[in-house]
Amino acid sequence: MTELADGIRRGERRALARALSFAESGSAEGREILRELGSPEKAADVVGITGAPGVGKSTLVDLLSRAFAARGRKVAVLAVDPSSPFSGGALLGDRIRMDSPDPEVFIRSLSTRGQQGGLSRAVASAIRLLEAFGKDLILVETVGAGQSEVEIMAHADITAVVLVPGLGDDIQANKAGILEIGDVFIVNKSDRPGADLVVRELRMMLSLAPKDVERPPIVKTVASEGLGVGEVAETLLKLLAAPTMLARREERRRRGGEAQLREALSRQVLERISSRQAFRDAVGRVTEGGADPESEAEDLLDRLAYGGGRESEGGMSP
Amino acid sequence: MDRKIRVLIAKPGLDGHDRGAKVVARAYRDAGMEVIYTGLHQTPEQIVEAALQEDVDVVGLSILSGAHNTLVPKVLALLEKEGMSNVLVVLGGIVPDEDAKALMASGVSAVFGPGTETREIVEFTRRHVKIS
Repeated sequence: MTELADGIRRGERRALARALSFAESGSAEGREILRELGSPEKAADVVGITGAPGVGKSTLVDLLSRAFAARGRKVAVLAVDPSSPFSGGALLGDRIRMDSPDPEVFIRSLSTRGQQGGLSRAVASAIRLLEAFGKDLILVETVGAGQSEVEIMAHADITAVVLVPGLGDDIQANKAGILEIGDVFIVNKSDRPGADLVVRELRMMLSLAPKDVERPPIVKTVASEGLGVGEVAETLLKLLAAPTMLARREERRRRGGEAQLREALSRQVLERISSRQAFRDAVGRVTEGGADPESEAEDLLDRLAYGGGRESEGGMSP
Repeated sequence: MDRKIRVLIAKPGLDGHDRGAKVVARAYRDAGMEVIYTGLHQTPEQIVEAALQEDVDVVGLSILSGAHNTLVPKVLALLEKEGMSNVLVVLGGIVPDEDAKALMASGVSAVFGPGTETREIVEFTRRHVKIS
């Protein structure tokens, strides 16, 4: 594993790619590489890009990554797509939009792997590997839906939310919970009718926030034609360079650390308990006997996790 | 904490027919693999760079243009140059038998012609992939 860590320090793309696979699978090798690399000398700027499917995230990320690279930044992209809940497989299609990628931009597709919190762990580790490799600006592109979203954004310094005209009224935007996570709002496909309406509604809703909070900027783009992308890049760089950023980065590290601990804890508890006979018995009672899953879970926790030594059957050790 | 099989599906060259590539991508996904689909008109350099960054175990090339004898050896050579010759390379499309033989002698593991069952492709891949 030392070999991979050395390779990453020397800037070998293949070593980085291999290490990312280890980190993604959550293996001991992945953890060892991270340990060897230690903390980066300088933290990268991490920008989250989120929004509903089809709003143009991948196209924007492609253009932004090149815009940042042209400004001398060392850019990486983490493109996240959901995995199938049935087969566990995934179709990772974000590269399609990145049609003439700059070879200096390192793009990696990650799948959610269907497991609770697994993505959060993969993203956190991937960011650390990319930092050790020398990347100083990392774009994390995610599908804007559900819990994994909030988890991933815990690892970003700033988050850009992409909207398009015609996706429904302002209530939809409120419902999706995107107003809280956006530091920048991008109204893409703004050559379509209704773009100004989206901007107006956004401004109105954002104005409802407490007075002392700075209003997030709104930028109109037509990504397919490259319009507005330069402005987005400048806006993001300005936010990243803001004096308040230092405190925010500190906050990100804290939140990210806590999110990772929570994820590791719930995963490990589930792994340990589900390997035991008592768990299989409870599954039987729920699926066959019509027992209440909530009470069964509570009972299992009482007996196995909190009680610790109370049940001494084998299996608690891995 | 499983290591999933990662597959890159790419369409090198100029033909614009990607239905077959999409069907195979879907079959791999349904078999539990992670499939990175690159879209149309990829150069061998782009394909190998994507394979490297994504750390894939399999590269599936779909070529219907007849240019397989120029494109495939280029991809193989670039993979070798990057130290990725253990990656399984499979080819799909319309490839005459004698070309298929020559390509397989030079490092392609299988050539799947029209009418191949996706199940067969998935099984072949599972059997021959080297997960390291």
